[in-house]
Amino acid sequence: MRSTACSAWVNRATDKEFLFLTGDLGYSALEPLRERLGDRFINAGVAEQNMVSVGAGLAIEGMNVWIYSIAPFCYARPFEQIRNDICQHRLPVKLVGNGGGYGYGAQGASHHALEDYGALLTLPGMRAFVPAFSVDVEEIVDRMHQIDHPGYLRLGRCEQPPGQEVEAFSPWRRLVRGGGISVIVVGPLAGSFWQHMLSMTESTRPDLWVLGELPVTDISNMPPALLSNIVANGLCVVEEHGLQGSVGQQLAALLMGGGFTPRQFLHCYAQGYPSGTYGSQSFHRRESGLEPGQVMEALGIAP
Amino acid sequence: MTKNNFEEIRVKARLRMLQMHYDAGVGHIGGNLSALDAMLYLHHYVMSAEDQFVLSKGHAAGALYVTLWSRGILQESDLCSFHDDGTLLSGHPPPRRLEGVPVATGSLGHGLPMACGMALARKLRKQPGQIFCLCSDGEWQEGSNWEALIFARHHNLSNLVVLVDINGLQGFGSTQAVASMNDLGKHMEAFGLRTHELDGHLEASLERLNIRSFEDRWCYLLQTVKGKGISFMENRLEWHYRPLDEASYRQALAELNS
Repeated sequence: MRSTACSAWVNRATDKEFLFLTGDLGYSALEPLRERLGDRFINAGVAEQNMVSVGAGLAIEGMNVWIYSIAPFCYARPFEQIRNDICQHRLPVKLVGNGGGYGYGAQGASHHALEDYGALLTLPGMRAFVPAFSVDVEEIVDRMHQIDHPGYLRLGRCEQPPGQEVEAFSPWRRLVRGGGISVIVVGPLAGSFWQHMLSMTESTRPDLWVLGELPVTDISNMPPALLSNIVANGLCVVEEHGLQGSVGQQLAALLMGGGFTPRQFLHCYAQGYPSGTYGSQSFHRRESGLEPGQVMEALGIAP
Repeated sequence: MTKNNFEEIRVKARLRMLQMHYDAGVGHIGGNLSALDAMLYLHHYVMSAEDQFVLSKGHAAGALYVTLWSRGILQESDLCSFHDDGTLLSGHPPPRRLEGVPVATGSLGHGLPMACGMALARKLRKQPGQIFCLCSDGEWQEGSNWEALIFARHHNLSNLVVLVDINGLQGFGSTQAVASMNDLGKHMEAFGLRTHELDGHLEASLERLNIRSFEDRWCYLLQTVKGKGISFMENRLEWHYRPLDEASYRQALAELNS
């Protein structure tokens, strides 16, 4: 997704107020943007606190600022700078975290982002975007460019099944129509569920949706077909994020508050490091029970 | 700007600032008094309409509000609301609501990096104006400030002017006892700043704020006295946090009016 995002930013380089800050990351991906932006592409070095506050200062002067790093270095290290300098000032600064969830795999826990959108969405005015597929990125960058408040873009690895067409990005999209429980997946993980369900019988397989914009605060923005199926057949939420601040918690509170009671509710989320060992993104997903087969088994759905 | 009587401005501002803090029953008076003179001098005799002032030591907000009041930007009614329910004049500068307060601060180590961003935007756009940023001395224990100096040097932000209020006392001890950096000026120079040491209260010394080249990044080390002007507060640690009671307020007024 990084190269797609880079192209999207390059397309906006004619905006003379557009300025891009990176925390010394983007090798072999952001070079075209650096070339296009010239002195408006700034490698702020390995100094994330300063980078975020500098971004806030640039935005106070009216510039359109995007800030890029590996996800945890983008939101965790400079959290107070995001809170005080960006969000309390309601500045439209956009943060980009590469490698959401277990995206950096065996690089280890320091590079994982299991609480990024949960933590950031506690801040005033913040919205988070989680593209599921590379083709979503252009539209999301365009949307984020237009919003006048802070935003966070969680980039991951595209897992779009070969040969499958994706409809244009919107916060809610149905990927696979099914007669069973509603399964809502956040971000790229949805691709593996899509692939898994293609071989299942439509009448018994889950109704698969992908969610790409957070938080979900208004039940009226949820598709009516999804809501009615949640009540009739239940809800399963799957996300590569920890429990606290998760989409599962958001949706559970929202549905209960709106008087919608799912027939059943299962929440599958990142469990951290149950074995205390490290490996690929797939390894960590398996340890957390996030692989499609594991979720189907938990739901009692035959393969 | 025509030079008025600085002493007259200063006494009036000190009296009004003490009244604000006494009425509100709040502290941080010592660090306000150490920074007030430099803020007044900058706003009355140094800054132009294109310049901006960032108060990184946000706990000196009272001094900033009084300074803006002395320039006619804030009104008497504004000062009366200080620390009150529904006020815009919180104990630390608020975000984006007040003229003359471009950024909110309060957590130390934020003002200078934001000032760097403001200075960079102007440099990129070739816009005039300087960004003045006043820090405390204890604030240099924050790593983000040093990150900002590296950035300012690398991007040659010669439109950034750093001021440090060196009153030698922080929240729970002297800077010497808590985390001594000995000669702060040498550290600043190592990070590419041209430093000047000034008496932060003496008008003849503060006049040097107007004498500098615009090719360099400047840092003014203001030698100040915590609680300046009130004998029982001067260089006393407790006046970092302690509010005024009636007796001490009366005594302070008597000293300032004498």
